[in-house]
Amino acid sequence: MKRPIRVVMAKAGLDGHDRGVKVVARALRDAGMEVIYTGVHQTPEQVVETALQEDADAIGVSLLSGAHNYIFPRISELMTEKGLDDVLLFGGGIIPEDDIATLRSHGVERIFQPGASLEDIVAYIREAVARKRGAGHAKG
Amino acid sequence: MTHELLGGSRGAEPPGGRLLERARSGDKRSVARLISMIENDEPGAAAVMRTVYPETGKAAIVGVTGPPGGGKSTLVARLGASYREQGARVAVVAVDPSSPFTGGALLGDRIRMRDGFLDDGLFIRSMASRGHSGGLARATLRVVNLLDALGTGVILVETVGVGQEEVEVVRVADTVCLVTVPGLGDDIQALKAGVLEIADVLVVNKSDRPGADETVRDLATMLSLGKGRLEFTPPIVRTSAQSGEGIAELVAAIAKHREWAARSGERERRRLAAARGEIEALLREELVRRLRGRVGADRVDDIVKRVAARSLDPYTAIDELLSTR
Repeated sequence: MKRPIRVVMAKAGLDGHDRGVKVVARALRDAGMEVIYTGVHQTPEQVVETALQEDADAIGVSLLSGAHNYIFPRISELMTEKGLDDVLLFGGGIIPEDDIATLRSHGVERIFQPGASLEDIVAYIREAVARKRGAGHAKG
Repeated sequence: MTHELLGGSRGAEPPGGRLLERARSGDKRSVARLISMIENDEPGAAAVMRTVYPETGKAAIVGVTGPPGGGKSTLVARLGASYREQGARVAVVAVDPSSPFTGGALLGDRIRMRDGFLDDGLFIRSMASRGHSGGLARATLRVVNLLDALGTGVILVETVGVGQEEVEVVRVADTVCLVTVPGLGDDIQALKAGVLEIADVLVVNKSDRPGADETVRDLATMLSLGKGRLEFTPPIVRTSAQSGEGIAELVAAIAKHREWAARSGERERRRLAAARGEIEALLREELVRRLRGRVGADRVDDIVKRVAARSLDPYTAIDELLSTR
């Protein structure tokens, strides 16, 4: 049974820098994934609702605005609220090293900083989604 | 009805039963999961479809098709908002193409629909075409049926950007809106010869742009040149989806067609054709699946290679495959 990986790619908050997220979205597409792109200026509520309706395996959020310490924990909180615990949350953008541990404690498994390779991102999502899918029957 | 889902004559409990229960009580996540099950042909999907099928046929299903970049998604967002104002529960099923090479897809229709993301009475689902030609995905009708059975009042089905031949939406929708735009120039001629025939409502979107009058006139001329497929002449509606202009007129035109289709017997004819199409599609899928199981992938690969190398012709190949026991 073939089940393509579905990833929601989002820009959240007041941040219009969407080149990076588009490059990543394109790479995921070329890796055979179904990418749901939400466009810019999404609220955490919109991002989570999209992932819910699209039955996404993963949510990727790009943030270059400095609001990551608010937006990621809020998305994570909403995911728990809506029962999306089995969905992967990852991020990318201009996010200082010092904040990454905090974000991880808020459920952001991985942050890709500038310079991350597309191959690494693709490989990570494949691995992490396989792990999440195998982890339980929460989805069934 | 539930006994089948809970086991009954079909052995082990398929995973869809509880999801369906939760979906019926309004849980969107369960609806989303059921759609994936159907899309992926997961175990239990067929049982879900068997259960819900008798409850389908109630929703108003509106298809929106037309060339890429014509404003279909924006228009669908406007239509959705308008039906929500009327109090209907609305679902959008938006199809975008999958890559023929990698199977991947970029589904971008939601970008235009963001205002409705948090509306409880609106459900939006993006579907990748997954190699299916015809403008829809293989499972689009099944997903529409599920949403219909769950009590959705209006289901908007947006096709991939189409050219000439992608007319499958007519088998899913009660009313098909063909969206075109000014300035397609000669391309519009090609459009006329193809998908134009399935249009119940012609929409000239981006009608604030230069050339809109000419486009409307061209379409009107084309309609006047000969008798159409039906005794219903598609109205031409000018819209600007971005500003919302013309949306009320479009909603009215769709309602008018719907009323005519019910009165004239057209809806029944379409449903008959749709049922035949779905049975044939399922039959084909099932026969191919069974044959593959019997013949084995290696043997199929071997025959494919021989046909490509011209040491076997495709007709004999079919005989060989079918006679494998």
